[in-house]
Amino acid sequence: MKKLIVILTLGSLIAACGGGNSHAPATAAASTEKTEPGKDNPSYDPNRGEGKFKDVQINPKLDLALAGEGNKVYNVKCGSCHKLSEEKLVGPGWKGVTSRHEAAWILNFITNTDAMLNIDPKAQAQLEICLVRMPNQSLTDQEALSLYEFMRKNDGVK
Amino acid sequence: MTHFSTKRWALLIGCISLSIFACKPKNTGSAVGADAAAKAYVAPGQYDQFYNFVSGGFSGQMSVYGLPSGRLLRVIPVFSVDPEKGWGYSEETKAMLNTSHGMVPWDDLHHTEMSQTNGEIDGRWVFGNANNTPRVARIDLTTFRTAEIIELPNSAGNHSSPFITENTEYVVAGTRFSVPPDDANGDVAIDTYKDNFKGTISFISVDKNDGKMDLAFQIQCPGVNFDLSHAGKGKSNGWFFFSCYNTEKASTLLEVNASQRDKDFIMAVNWKKAEEYIKAGKGRKQAVKYASNRYDEKTHTATSQIKTEVLVLDAKNFKDICYFIPCPKSPHGCDVDPTGEYIVGSGKLAALVPVFSFDKIQNAIAAKDFIGEFDGLPVIKYESALHGELQKPGLGPLHTEFDGKGNAYTSFFVSSEVVKWNIKDLKVLDRAATYYSIGHLTIPGGDSKKPDPKYLIAYNKITKDRYLPTGPELSQSAQLFDISGDKMQLILDFPTIGEPHYAQAVRADLIKDKSLKIFKIDDNQHPYVAKGEGATKVVRENGKVHVYMTTIRSHLAPDNIEGIQQGEEVYFHITNLEQDWDVPHGFAIKGANNAELLIMPGETQTLKWVADRVGIYPFYCTDFCSALHQEMSGYLRVSPKGSAVPLRFSTGKTAPATK
Repeated sequence: MKKLIVILTLGSLIAACGGGNSHAPATAAASTEKTEPGKDNPSYDPNRGEGKFKDVQINPKLDLALAGEGNKVYNVKCGSCHKLSEEKLVGPGWKGVTSRHEAAWILNFITNTDAMLNIDPKAQAQLEICLVRMPNQSLTDQEALSLYEFMRKNDGVK
Repeated sequence: MTHFSTKRWALLIGCISLSIFACKPKNTGSAVGADAAAKAYVAPGQYDQFYNFVSGGFSGQMSVYGLPSGRLLRVIPVFSVDPEKGWGYSEETKAMLNTSHGMVPWDDLHHTEMSQTNGEIDGRWVFGNANNTPRVARIDLTTFRTAEIIELPNSAGNHSSPFITENTEYVVAGTRFSVPPDDANGDVAIDTYKDNFKGTISFISVDKNDGKMDLAFQIQCPGVNFDLSHAGKGKSNGWFFFSCYNTEKASTLLEVNASQRDKDFIMAVNWKKAEEYIKAGKGRKQAVKYASNRYDEKTHTATSQIKTEVLVLDAKNFKDICYFIPCPKSPHGCDVDPTGEYIVGSGKLAALVPVFSFDKIQNAIAAKDFIGEFDGLPVIKYESALHGELQKPGLGPLHTEFDGKGNAYTSFFVSSEVVKWNIKDLKVLDRAATYYSIGHLTIPGGDSKKPDPKYLIAYNKITKDRYLPTGPELSQSAQLFDISGDKMQLILDFPTIGEPHYAQAVRADLIKDKSLKIFKIDDNQHPYVAKGEGATKVVRENGKVHVYMTTIRSHLAPDNIEGIQQGEEVYFHITNLEQDWDVPHGFAIKGANNAELLIMPGETQTLKWVADRVGIYPFYCTDFCSALHQEMSGYLRVSPKGSAVPLRFSTGKTAPATK
């Protein structure tokens, strides 16, 4: 784990050295160059993760229709690697995921995957187990919200 | 021999080699300035400033280079099959290479031309011509893929193509080889050329919105060889100009017999007038057969339609469509300057380069200043159409590009050089040697209304000693010149794919941000798509097996397939579930008689495979996709015909053993 962090830190330092380079493609690594990554960075909120989702208001009652939409997205974009049980396939099983992470963290991770894999300690710990970087599946915000609702349904929210 | 002493032989050989040496351009050392490296250098991680779309000639493909680095960015399969990408092998792409002759797996792509709006490159499409089995292709510059190929009836040797009008209303195609028309009896003696052979100019319309091509009409012309062409622009918009050689109408030993006349022709075509005649119903409906092939990005599948009719105008029945202008001698390049006033004809065998004036041509036509007719078409008096002649510019002039500052740059094959000259006063301004024997040349936008004259690229025919030797066959060499100053400066050599003829170049900004990254899986309407692993299956339909398979880092689903029987045709329909840029997956299976597949994110592609013998067949992903790429594989079991092993598939669990 330490090694991984060192490598990632070096990577982003190198990227930081190339700053101001307008021709360079905006890779995920380059977009995080401003912040010192991970646990050592006091400004990084490991419960929220990094991305556009901040204060996510979650209705205690399940939105069944939205969860249904999420189920459809799951079938196409997620189900190849994530089971709905606790069993790990390529990635971790989804059972209990909404109690393991804050809503914002999940929403940020599934919409800002590459950046989070580069800086987030929990995501990195999972990568060390799975060894396959979670693909960016180009989810829209609405798709992400519906998936989160589907995860809640899977976790027994009524 | 006895009378000719060894000494004399040595002397003679010495003289010959000396004179060969003298013909060779000055050496590279003196031709390359000290700052050349810095000018062509693009640092790692940096983008090039220009895209360069280069014809592949006998490779049949189109390659894309970055300039000024000369880095090869991509080879786009167009007219030739490409097993690497499954082009022409996948079930979805086979139809793209269909013709009235059936599937044609190779061609000779000579010229590229980018779409234009108001005479300026608009970055939407690039067109390419097939010289052998006459066709025109349209490549979409969001996907960098061939979107459409249309075949041309009544044609052979589609050389003066795919040049376009200034708003991409039409792409033209002119026949290098005249032949009897498709509806005539073609079983004629070859030496009846003069009576039975015709030249044809095709006008292919391009839909403004989606680029779809249709054969709008053809003009039947005298049986000569149409070589190259360019549309008028600005004041000459509405006209098209074609160079013609073999006005001798020779059908054998053209090298000698088509080089007899002192002057051949540039043919000026009033296409707006032709369009009017077509609209007025003057076109003759002719029964023909040609293929129109289109690739649908939603179904990820090409369809080929055989069309059976074309509208033809016989030029000699309409005295105001086509005019011949005498042009010395076997003209090749036919290039129109950015103002549209000057038309440069480059006679391969001429010791001068004539420049014609559009205004003078119009005046000559109005005044009927003709010297006679050729096959029933008026021939304008040479001097009446002429702006002037560039005298003794070099040997073997071929092609001309423009800088928009009043200067022309002409390639000279025999004297192996590019000559920069002023169009108005016809004075040579600069010369640069090329290594060796340049054919085409390109300036970004150099045949449009608005050139972007930072660089000039020379596409040379002979390579010889430019690179490390690679046996008898060498790659063709392109050379990059900085033309931003008064003098051309050689800054880079780069090897190319196939044999480049014409090329186009454009600022990267016009294209790079529109480049597609993924196909949206939600939009995938392929009939055999599997949207998610839940939709994967293996079914037997009408004696064929269809495998609905998905790929995602890093497994194929299903990855265990049993119950296939020897001799069965199996269709692997692979849907790549990835939705991230630059994550294609590949698919290959042992014993495939065709190719592999490369499936882009969100796309479905199909490989046909025949179970030729009993056994276990591994299949796997061929495109390194993740740390566990080597694990991305599966097995297929083939049992004897009539076996009781049921059709079964799974992912992530082992099927119960069946003997």
